[in-house]
Amino acid sequence: MQYESPTSIEGVVALLADNAGDIRVLAGGTDLLVQLRAGMVSPDLVVDIKNVRETRSIVPEDGGYRVGAAVSGAELGEHADLKNAWPGVVEAAELIGSTQIQGRASMGGNLCNASPAADTVPALIAAGAVCRVAGPGGERDVPVEEICTGPGKTSLAKGEFVVSIFLPERGERSGDAYLRFIPRTEMDIAVVGAGVNLSLDAAGVCTAASVALGAVAPTAILVPEASAALVGTKVEDANMDAMAAAASAACRPVDDKRGTIEYRTKVAGVMARRACAIALDRARSS
Amino acid sequence: MSRTKIHVATTVNGDAVEFLCEPPQTLLDVLRDELHLTGSKEGCASGDCGACSVTLDGRLVCACLVLAVETTGHSVETIEGMADGDNLHPLQQKFLEHAALQCGVCTPGFLVAAKALLDVEADPSETQVRYWLAGNLCRCTGYDKIVRAVLDAAAEMRAN
Repeated sequence: MQYESPTSIEGVVALLADNAGDIRVLAGGTDLLVQLRAGMVSPDLVVDIKNVRETRSIVPEDGGYRVGAAVSGAELGEHADLKNAWPGVVEAAELIGSTQIQGRASMGGNLCNASPAADTVPALIAAGAVCRVAGPGGERDVPVEEICTGPGKTSLAKGEFVVSIFLPERGERSGDAYLRFIPRTEMDIAVVGAGVNLSLDAAGVCTAASVALGAVAPTAILVPEASAALVGTKVEDANMDAMAAAASAACRPVDDKRGTIEYRTKVAGVMARRACAIALDRARSS
Repeated sequence: MSRTKIHVATTVNGDAVEFLCEPPQTLLDVLRDELHLTGSKEGCASGDCGACSVTLDGRLVCACLVLAVETTGHSVETIEGMADGDNLHPLQQKFLEHAALQCGVCTPGFLVAAKALLDVEADPSETQVRYWLAGNLCRCTGYDKIVRAVLDAAAEMRAN
């Protein structure tokens, strides 16, 4: 295994594009090093992106924030303005692992590891976050929901990597939230995760909503039917019930030791409803 | 697999350190096997148990989840840097007073993690201590005495 740590985006792309064999991008390493140790992967080349400035910074941009792909969960949690603007995204990142894991784990890694249960992904999708992907043909912007194509699989082409994730401007009277269900209080993999982002007008009518679910399909999914159940309403109990029913209806989960199909389907609606209530509260008090 | 060793220059417990390592070697491997700093323990090698807790540029991490080559130009603090010569750190002293250990394998990790907490929060609540230390597993003595030792050390450090 060869290790390289370039200091520029172009340097990373050149290594990824010009080498054959199994190449892995290293951000925080909290998934990759475990896979290396377990023999699940045996790359010929590991490209560490943490010495590329753009992957390690949180920069205000167009009223929103551009977050480097390798920024750690701890750094996200310490960024008061980002947390204030996108509390659901930051709380999703902070749910991942222990204090030690938070010191390293990143949203870019969480996304590109492509676990269906990744906590930040439903929150990012609900937020309308967009990845800046660099590759041999230059840079392109890709919505977060288009990155993962299945467990462990991404749509990134040869030579491409995620440099940063853009979180758009937080509008007035809007809020987001992320909740996951795990059978303990800390450090577990989501049985179901739900991210909700919504906006209200001055009369309290929902003008935009986005509901995304994790761990109930091969990738995290955006659920337009659930979003549609909220838009144009005052987000009252009946509207949230309809949203939750739409969320459950969108589930295509696996049966495994963490939860059965029936259980995950039911809990997805419950988590979406609770996350919606928190997002609504944040929107009303923002 | 390439056998080429990489030369790494880093800082460990305030001292400039150089070593040769292979790319797959973790920081924990190098601390223990090359630098003979065996206070950091390998429990799970998967980031779950916290027995290898160290700080990297002041940030608490698992040494088993950092490649040794990644520490180039950075600063690592281990349990070996915690006492001041023969004077134990207040946390170490309080772990003894509260008998907050049995077999001791998890203790270096708990101490390093607890110190990282007190570095950012001088007056943590019991809940804060328990959540902060959730990534450190003890399989013998349980957590109450450990939590009491951390709270007592924090109180003493605030008083001095």
